[in-house]
Amino acid sequence: MVEIIKTGFLDTIQDTGRIGFQEYGVPFSGVMDRYSAAVANAILGNDSNAAVIESVMSGPQLKFHTNTTICITGAQMNAKLNGNLIKNNTANSVQKGDLLTFGKIEYGVRVYIAISGGCLTEMVMNSRSMYRGITSKSKLEKGDRIKIKGDNLASKKSFSTVKIDKTHFYDSELEVFTGPEYDFLTPEQKDLLLNTDFKITKDSNRMAYQFEERLENSLSGMLTSLVVPGTIQLTPSGQLLALMRDCQITGGYPRVLQLTEGSINQLSQRLFGKKIRFKCIK
Amino acid sequence: MDFELTYRRFSERSILVEWPSKIDNSILEDVLNFKNHLLNSSIKSIVQINNAYSSILIIYKFTIDNAYDEISKLKALYLERVSNAKRTLRRWKIPVCYDDDFGLDLKEISEEKKCTISEIINWHSDTIYTVFFIGFLPGFLYLGGLDKRLNFPRKVSPRSQIQKGAVAIGGAQTGIYPNTSPGGWNIIGNSPLEFFNPKKDKPCFAQSGDKIQFVPINKQEYKTISLQVERGDYSIESEVIDG
Repeated sequence: MVEIIKTGFLDTIQDTGRIGFQEYGVPFSGVMDRYSAAVANAILGNDSNAAVIESVMSGPQLKFHTNTTICITGAQMNAKLNGNLIKNNTANSVQKGDLLTFGKIEYGVRVYIAISGGCLTEMVMNSRSMYRGITSKSKLEKGDRIKIKGDNLASKKSFSTVKIDKTHFYDSELEVFTGPEYDFLTPEQKDLLLNTDFKITKDSNRMAYQFEERLENSLSGMLTSLVVPGTIQLTPSGQLLALMRDCQITGGYPRVLQLTEGSINQLSQRLFGKKIRFKCIK
Repeated sequence: MDFELTYRRFSERSILVEWPSKIDNSILEDVLNFKNHLLNSSIKSIVQINNAYSSILIIYKFTIDNAYDEISKLKALYLERVSNAKRTLRRWKIPVCYDDDFGLDLKEISEEKKCTISEIINWHSDTIYTVFFIGFLPGFLYLGGLDKRLNFPRKVSPRSQIQKGAVAIGGAQTGIYPNTSPGGWNIIGNSPLEFFNPKKDKPCFAQSGDKIQFVPINKQEYKTISLQVERGDYSIESEVIDG
């Protein structure tokens, strides 16, 4: 059992999401940065779909009521176990009674806390990913207790560290494909789309990232069609919306670009105020 | 009839197939026939196919190595699709209470359209609607077939909270809010039914291709049905229709 002593800015349980229920209008959901979550689960020897805690901008305080092993990945937030710094991307033994805390954010936005055997929270439609109206909770709250498998291998100390490519957190160039409505843009619009530094706005979240710079939009409206995480829409006001993991499954704005899977992961580690640029790979 | 389709890789793991961009029952039928044919096909790497009015998105388990090959396979499968690859479609009777307490915008629509509230109710409930797909919110049915006399523009400023079950009109579309949510459509009534239940194997009773008919009920009937829905002993009236 793991107890939430204090919450971070937004803490949710996420696995790789719901697939197979989109015909009912159910979003995909799942970890925003699949790469970092996958690293954490791999280090612990977990199933790649094991549920982890995803915390945004600041980490929670967790108390462990069971011996287990944990791994922190994603954003660097100076995780401490009983006050002692622990390294990201390593396996760490945790004893019953231990307290996990986080400090200031140094890079990245989302930190992942993986626990041996995964977080065994409520499973709805083949996934534990929290989403309002689907799981009974949409985020973790103070006092919540998360069931875990527990682990008696606590004496086994691991010294291995996985080397993480820092460009994952710093690169300002995001790879994209052209979207279905890209060809309706004028040459000038295309040029601006691929040569502007777009600043991430504050209202970016698990549903969509938004950008400050606007493009003149002369496209006529379109019939509601299909979108997936990573689809970049151009709204009537000329704003770009990059849909993220909790996005709706249909949308009626022109789909001008599509982020690669790697770019979705990277964008989810970029703080508001940061500038990014789209690089077309097709 | 074969439509002129366009195929393109959409993301690393998906291919988008588009029909002529129209809200049209014969296009929907072809969309669903092709979708079913693909689901029953030998391509095991397909994990999910979503559809909207005139498109399908085919999602694969792995990154698509050679989009050209995959698209060729899809094109061949389109030509050999069977019409009416059997799916049971139903027509559902949805009780709706158009009482003033629920129909917040009925008065405004009647003034604007210079018609009576009863006429609005009759036009809305005389139509048999087609469920094109489910999107926007879990369990939100995109319905086609709204009487042209009822087309009414969306609100300039959306309401921050629309009640669960609200039946509404937005432009040329009508729909039901499956859960409390913000929204800009005009509210004309409320249905006591549950349109999305994540705890059920089949979270929505209706599916793409089904038909919907609204049945006006009074407040007393609304209360009775609400209680039955809550207890889980209300069964929605429906009949099987030919795909």
